[in-house]
Amino acid sequence: MTASRQAPALQVRGLRKAYKDVVAVDGLDLQINAGECFGLLGPNGAGKTTTVEICEGLNTPDRGDVVVLGRHWGEHDRELRQLLGISLQETQFSEKLTVEETLQLFRSFYSRGPAPIEVIAMVQLQEKAGSRVGQLSGGQKQRLALACALVGDPQLLFLDEPTTGLDPQSRRQLWELIEQFKAVGRSILLTTHYMDEAERLCDRVAIMDHGRVIALGTPAELIAQLQAEHVLEFALAGNGSLEEASLRQLEGVCSAVHTNGTYRLQVDQLHRAMPALLQELRRQNAQLAELKTHSATLEDVFVSLTGRHLRDD
Amino acid sequence: MTEWRKWGQHPLVQLTRVRYREFFREPEAVFWVFIFPVLLATGLGIAFRDRPPERTVVAVVAGQPGAEKLAQAVRGPELKASLLSDSAASEALRTGEVALAVVPQSSGGVEFRYDDTRPESRTARLLVEDVLQRDAGRRDPLAVHDRLIRERGARYIDFLIPGLLGMNLMGSGIWGLGFAIVDARKKRLLKRLIATPMSRFQYLASFALSRLTLLFMEVGLLLGFAALVFGVPLRGSLPQLVLICLLASLTFASLGLLVASRAQTMEGASGLMNLVMLPMWIFSGVFFSSARFPDQIQPFIQALPLTAVIDALRANVLRGAGWNVVAPELAIILAWMVVSFVLALKLFRWR
Repeated sequence: MTASRQAPALQVRGLRKAYKDVVAVDGLDLQINAGECFGLLGPNGAGKTTTVEICEGLNTPDRGDVVVLGRHWGEHDRELRQLLGISLQETQFSEKLTVEETLQLFRSFYSRGPAPIEVIAMVQLQEKAGSRVGQLSGGQKQRLALACALVGDPQLLFLDEPTTGLDPQSRRQLWELIEQFKAVGRSILLTTHYMDEAERLCDRVAIMDHGRVIALGTPAELIAQLQAEHVLEFALAGNGSLEEASLRQLEGVCSAVHTNGTYRLQVDQLHRAMPALLQELRRQNAQLAELKTHSATLEDVFVSLTGRHLRDD
Repeated sequence: MTEWRKWGQHPLVQLTRVRYREFFREPEAVFWVFIFPVLLATGLGIAFRDRPPERTVVAVVAGQPGAEKLAQAVRGPELKASLLSDSAASEALRTGEVALAVVPQSSGGVEFRYDDTRPESRTARLLVEDVLQRDAGRRDPLAVHDRLIRERGARYIDFLIPGLLGMNLMGSGIWGLGFAIVDARKKRLLKRLIATPMSRFQYLASFALSRLTLLFMEVGLLLGFAALVFGVPLRGSLPQLVLICLLASLTFASLGLLVASRAQTMEGASGLMNLVMLPMWIFSGVFFSSARFPDQIQPFIQALPLTAVIDALRANVLRGAGWNVVAPELAIILAWMVVSFVLALKLFRWR
């Protein structure tokens, strides 16, 4: 393992930040190993952006210790700025400049890194090199933001919600670019509230809620912690209701939760749980209005930890 | 060649080029900075152009005996009389069509009806009385004769051009900087830029650099136009003119920076800018002399940066004044620059 021999790319201990009466980050510990893609997951308002901005040196913590690439903010700022690549949430670049002019500007700030035209090729914007930023699509703008983060050849890349608001095709395109950057051994801290994004890109993820880490591990480990490979969701017709306790005792069912008319069962053996459920429904004389099943994801991990969904939509 | 390419990639050069690109790719900004002042100068120059002296029109009230005779008597190169009924004469006097109404009296004398707050009415009264008295046999004991002197530099357009130049320097400094910075803050571009190794000083310096180079175009265009088309004299020394414009431009840029130091929205910034500029548009003597305002508020008016800029420009352009005349104005401008720049740096928010 190269990761254990090298110093960690980022180490955060006991981080705390409060705004007026809201505690955004409440005693957070994180470690990102060199060459690792680390995902910070959580719903909006969980404290992801505050955490990332403190690590980027754009915000100051009330308490806690942040070591980035072996250096501290406030002591080695100039050096650190040269070594970090940053993509913020919702940055709008000047619409009057072309893609190439924007990258020339950003490249001029760094002492080393690829030529603007090379970075444009990396993010596959060659055809748009001479176009004004104002004429780019949402996906192209996000790729430009990524290019601006890559133009200084960073050791550590911060990506805050890089695919939020993009169509599926643009998201996949961006994922491929991030995977390429990973392949050359650089470290990444990624925040997202898309579980599929985290499962695909991240070596390890930390799930955040209310400013704390509530789960940490590889996506596979976290899903395995559920001890249930499948999730079964159903709703009943009319005003019918079932006892949760009786559902939990069904064969193959690990847990059952009832929220807002939807029953959610975590299931380790779907082929046994399904017939048992149908039999139980008949016994209690209940009619199904809806029945869905899917393989367990990080989303289900979040739901089982908090009882809430990551996104409202 | 490689040296040049290296220079071209210096962050300060790149940042300054961005300023140019953003400016010249905004047709509206180019219009307000370059075209509008020239159009305004043209319009006002035509409206207030020099014309041969007009003949003043006076009314002679008909109905009394001797009115016709009186109307014929009132003549001369500067006067024209028209015979009107009493009510028509009053109406014409009210609407300003005539400057004076002459009413023959049964006693043989005349009555002058006029508004003594109207300068042309007072002039008309003197002219008409002069003509009538001479007609009646007055002989002047003192011989006088006129020699007319019409000089360039004393016309309205000559007065106007330095005013417009000062106003333009203020507008492009405050708007140019204020809008660009607030826009970048609103778009979170400022925050993105400070996440790079960019020097914050160089970012601000790029605004000063681009302002100074654009300044030469702005000033050259307006003064060149004024000199060629209206024959406005440029009597002052060039180094003095350049120094006044440089200091003025940097001062208004500092004020723009101060206005933009915290504003989060365009609307907020725009309100603040108007608040800063409105008193100067009114009091600083762009279109008419600031000396027309009462003495009590003169200290306030003289302390305004635009007043100092315009006074210095008029002293240079119209009078070719020496450094001793311009120096106090430059001191006021410099003080504004230092104070607003230091304040702006203290208050400035990058996020």
